[in-house]
Amino acid sequence: MSTARGSFAGWQFSKPSVVPGFGLALGFTLAYLTLIILIPLSGLAWRSAALGWSEFWAIATDPRVVNSLELSFGASLIAAAVNVVFGSIVAWVLVRYRFPGRRIVDAMVDLPFALPTAVAGIALTSLYAPKGWLGHLLLPLGIKVAYAPLGIVIALIFIGLPFVVRTVQPVMEEIDREVEEAAATLGASRFQTISRVLLPGLAPAIVTGFALAFARAVGEYGSVIFIAGNLPFKTEITPLLIVIKLEEYNYAGATAIAAIMLVISFFMLLVINLLQSWSRRRYG
Amino acid sequence: MTRSLKSRLLAGLLAGAVQFGVLGFAFADTTILNVSYDPTRELYKAFNEAFAAKWKADTGETVTIQQSHGGSGKQARAVIDGLDADVVTLALESDINAIVEKSQKIKPDWRTRLPNNAAPYTSTIVFLVRKGNPKGINDWGDLIKEGVEVITPNPKTSGGARWNYLAAWSWANTKFGGDEAKDKEFVSNLYSHVPVLDTGARGSTVTFAEKELGDVLLAWENEAYLALDEFGADKFDIVYPPTSILAEPPVAVVDANVDAKGTRKVAEAYLEFLYSKEGQTLIAKNHYRPSKPELVPAEDLAKLPEIKLVTIDDPVFGGWKKAQPYHFADGGVFDQIYKPAQ
Repeated sequence: MSTARGSFAGWQFSKPSVVPGFGLALGFTLAYLTLIILIPLSGLAWRSAALGWSEFWAIATDPRVVNSLELSFGASLIAAAVNVVFGSIVAWVLVRYRFPGRRIVDAMVDLPFALPTAVAGIALTSLYAPKGWLGHLLLPLGIKVAYAPLGIVIALIFIGLPFVVRTVQPVMEEIDREVEEAAATLGASRFQTISRVLLPGLAPAIVTGFALAFARAVGEYGSVIFIAGNLPFKTEITPLLIVIKLEEYNYAGATAIAAIMLVISFFMLLVINLLQSWSRRRYG
Repeated sequence: MTRSLKSRLLAGLLAGAVQFGVLGFAFADTTILNVSYDPTRELYKAFNEAFAAKWKADTGETVTIQQSHGGSGKQARAVIDGLDADVVTLALESDINAIVEKSQKIKPDWRTRLPNNAAPYTSTIVFLVRKGNPKGINDWGDLIKEGVEVITPNPKTSGGARWNYLAAWSWANTKFGGDEAKDKEFVSNLYSHVPVLDTGARGSTVTFAEKELGDVLLAWENEAYLALDEFGADKFDIVYPPTSILAEPPVAVVDANVDAKGTRKVAEAYLEFLYSKEGQTLIAKNHYRPSKPELVPAEDLAKLPEIKLVTIDDPVFGGWKKAQPYHFADGGVFDQIYKPAQ
């Protein structure tokens, strides 16, 4: 994340360092990234290039694809936003307060990382299905969670939570209590202390947490598939549409949708990164 | 001189030992891989044991059969992309055809190499309803009654679901005297009663049986009996509609793979054993319909009542090669059912 800070004007490749081995490290980095990221992604581009431009455009503007993209990205944004608010609160509680069972709560935050996502999906569905523990309480209130878009958001919140907590937590630990106390003695209200003293320092970490949770949510398949209901135009996420294309042996169509997702994700992450470097320059 | 002879002898001995060792190894540990679809788990678990015992008795060789289960289309894709399957036992003829066309690993004449169009067992689609059948669901027409919720997986991702869809279609076709517009209307109406489209047959069974969603599950016959065994016969009833579809899950040897591995003999024997008395009886015991019922004791057939079954080669469908693209391809009839949300 600390790439954009080097001087562009200088175009200095290697900065003098006490640790030698720049050439070796850069070579390794390039080879590794090529092997792990670039080759699979170019395979994707190559496969979808089998389609002509007009066919590609037809897929990109197909109402069902557009609908699923709106759902996937919309639900992911909402889930990431919810995680930013509540994940930050969780992180704050874990960093600032000492209470019995804190370590257990701290460990619990990581569970969504470790759990196979299908297990998470099945557990959430059992809970929120119309006859489930929570589902049968919510249904009389007119709230349908499982097999509705709300269920997708809940599954995505579940899998995204650790990303926000774990990126914000270490930065919070660095904050000096004296800064808040100084703000208070200088007459800042509690709200001002949070919004003008604490949040600016945390903003880059929060944005990073948001980006990670969002990126994770967009590609999520395993857990969502169980809770979504998968009805076209209603609860069909884009990754499922990709799987459906594969079932039709339509590799080019599947990779075309994947490529569209990738481009949208890339631009959103780029915007988030720019936002982050802006906030860092402003507050950092 | 003696020394060199000795060492040469020793080398020869060693080479021979290694060779025989390798051969012995090959004899002792023939392994074949059967790539199958989801609901056949229990059937092939029992069948593989029986075949291994028979192969040992006939040839003295030990054979280990590995099983892979998953959605039928996904399994076919894995074989196309290089999964080392010796035999495929899939849900749909069109999935094996896909292997033939896209990878040429199976020769096009596969359907004629084994009896009954290479389908050693057949099955059909039945209704699994809540105990006592509270909504009175007895025929396909009852599925679109007001307030009935139907559980069936997505035909795009599940082979079983395609049979469900086609069974409903064939009922409508008889009912409306071949008026295709009305068939479409019936099937659209049916899917508007479906609250969840799971990706596979097992997923739908779980949704219906465990999540208690819906009034009726359209299920493979064997899957319906499994649900009774698994979740308790006091919870559900199996309803046989007056007509349904004859699903013929086919099997084939993957020619390119068995020739490369030298396992053709055992792979062919494996599939032929499915048609034997022992194989057919195991098939019936696992709630599949044996293709040679005359080989099976009557008590094992008792649970599989006679109903009118329409085949995929019926003029309504015109075989898989026609039905698959017409109904299930991108933009096909099934895709037309779902309209953008208003």
